[in-house]
Amino acid sequence: MIEIKNLCVKIEGKEILKGINLTVNKGEVHAIMGPNGSGKSTLAQVLAGRSEYEITKGEVIYEGINLLELSPEDRARAGIFLAFQYPIEIPGVSNVNLLKTAVNEIRKYRGEEEYDAIEFLTMIKKKMGVVEMNDSLLNRSVNEGFSGGEKKRNEIFQMAALDPKLAILDETDSGLDIDALRVVAGGVNKLKTPDNAVILVTHYQRLLDYIVPDFVHVLYKGRIVKSGTKELALELEERGYDWVKDECPVGA
Amino acid sequence: MNNAEMTDLEQLTNQEYKYGFVTDIESDEIPKGLNEDVIRLISKKKEEPDFMLEWRLKAYRHWLTLTEPAWANVKYPPIDYQSIIYYSAPKKTKKLDSLNQVDPELRKTFEKLGISLDEQKRLSNVAVDAVFDSVSVATSFKGKLNELGIIFCSFSDAVKEHPDLIKKYMGSVVPYTDNFFAALNSAVFSDGSFCYIPKGVRCPMELSTYFRINASSTGQFERTLIVAEDAAYVSYLEGCTAPMRDENQLHAAIVEIVAMENAQVKYSTVQNWYPGDKNGKGGIFNFVTKRGACRGANAKISWTQVETGSAITWKYPSVILQGDNSIGEFYSVAVTNNYQQADTGTKMIHIGKNTRSTIVSKGISAGKSNNSYRGQVKVSKGAENARNYSQCDSLLLGDKCGAHTFPYIEVNNPTAQVEHEATTSKIGEDQIFYLNQRGISTEDAVNLIVNGYCKEVFKNLPMEFAVEAQKLLSVSLEGSVG
Repeated sequence: MIEIKNLCVKIEGKEILKGINLTVNKGEVHAIMGPNGSGKSTLAQVLAGRSEYEITKGEVIYEGINLLELSPEDRARAGIFLAFQYPIEIPGVSNVNLLKTAVNEIRKYRGEEEYDAIEFLTMIKKKMGVVEMNDSLLNRSVNEGFSGGEKKRNEIFQMAALDPKLAILDETDSGLDIDALRVVAGGVNKLKTPDNAVILVTHYQRLLDYIVPDFVHVLYKGRIVKSGTKELALELEERGYDWVKDECPVGA
Repeated sequence: MNNAEMTDLEQLTNQEYKYGFVTDIESDEIPKGLNEDVIRLISKKKEEPDFMLEWRLKAYRHWLTLTEPAWANVKYPPIDYQSIIYYSAPKKTKKLDSLNQVDPELRKTFEKLGISLDEQKRLSNVAVDAVFDSVSVATSFKGKLNELGIIFCSFSDAVKEHPDLIKKYMGSVVPYTDNFFAALNSAVFSDGSFCYIPKGVRCPMELSTYFRINASSTGQFERTLIVAEDAAYVSYLEGCTAPMRDENQLHAAIVEIVAMENAQVKYSTVQNWYPGDKNGKGGIFNFVTKRGACRGANAKISWTQVETGSAITWKYPSVILQGDNSIGEFYSVAVTNNYQQADTGTKMIHIGKNTRSTIVSKGISAGKSNNSYRGQVKVSKGAENARNYSQCDSLLLGDKCGAHTFPYIEVNNPTAQVEHEATTSKIGEDQIFYLNQRGISTEDAVNLIVNGYCKEVFKNLPMEFAVEAQKLLSVSLEGSVG
């Protein structure tokens, strides 16, 4: 589904990603772990098309196309979804209005007919169940006055509504209590199909108890220094990141 | 924001004015310049009774003693009042009884603007008194309104047909001595609308007037008077677009509203006159005096305005809260782009007891424009328990524009409660990126954010106007942001 080759990224002259290689196939869940400042969120933002980052080297092939040439909105329309670590508040714009606009943009891009109000609401009602979304959040302004948990839940709700091929979840577990974590993770699991894929960016192993990854990668100082299966995450939990840092070659 | 994105956004807002065209209709003009003879000529052409001419002359003589005000936060070259044509009217053939008799050119113009005088308005239950340049050309729905005793006609007709009402109310809220532009308007006003709702009558439809400036270098001096007697109600709409012009055109209008005991007047306007091109050339100078008086107890006047046009806007729709428990409201969205300048706001003068006022102002600046909110809240000695709530928000799109807030608060009664809140924000790239990431283009993202920001004001507009206002906002902002 997506192939990242030797991706190097700078921001304000500082090199953050130093040659990332990663391949994610349909039906797979990949977890990207690592200490703070290792470049996890940068990778997520770059894949989504954030323009402040300068790509100095490498390429990203998504479904056979050069992803880096697409605008952020076209990437979204082509099926890439980023669940933000810090979802933005947009005063006065209702959740439902944002979603209706977004869903129809994506449908247009796919050459599908736009939903009318009734079709849209029928679809939305169904998707709300995925994250046990409260009706009242639908008509509230996007993320405005939402609690941390509501914001994260809202991200997964949007993911359900937009039905992406590749979902990138950036620290979706941060700031969630255990119940909220269960709901959010449950939502992601319900949305999982053999045809889509998930990249989980997380600091803690905790989320991986709920969303079981097929692969775990450790990102450190802009490089993937270790890859493995679920057991790698457990080992990290036990031994901390220092263990990886110690194993990491000097100068990395 | 990086350069590539900036360019996108700039392109977005650098759009040409969509309603720029000139209708070719023979105009009946008088020579440029202003003196007593010109005023006499205007009055004569309009076949006015003597009292009107007298009044005009008094206003003119007063105007001569005044100097143009310079306190507004706007800059423009000096206006040569002798190079303006003070009267222009489409040439009259005969009195028109139906729209079919209206000049086809004129009809086309209205249609281009999406204003079909007849069917469209009838379907949407709106009676239209269309002011084209300075003279009313068509009035519809008169019959239905007549039955209720409602008068809705051109100001000129009112002067002739209802002189007593005109004498009683004209200048009673905005006297000709009020300010420089009010005096000028009173001397030379060409036409406008008059609306009278008798005691206890609720006007069953939205009353709407479309103004349109057409003949080149013709100042527009409209005058509107709305009177709601005891327990009467009316919702009045005014909307405007103007054709593209190179020269600056002066517009100095007056709107007066009188609301008696228990009466309610809701005045909504969308103003989209030619703002000048993207280099700041041309555009309308819009110097307007709008004021309402709540004369009786429990009266209520609401102003809702969406200002997207004009090169310069200088406008403070105000309410004098005389009657006890009377209410004044001001909801405003003012958008400036390119080199536009707006200095707009309101005045709420609390005189009666338990009077309340609400001010919600949303300024949006883009391009190299300047947007100022100027508002006064005055609580007089006798205004026991007066309350005011003001909220003034400014939104900046880009880093070459300005937003300013000038609140003046004067409280002379210790029981009064006055609250003022102000915020300034920028459209964040984070917000735009968030929406981009949901598949929404930058242009649509800006529209969503801006419309969300203006929601509190738009919800006070009548439905069809709210839709129009949203469209206007997108058009006005196409090409800005940063």
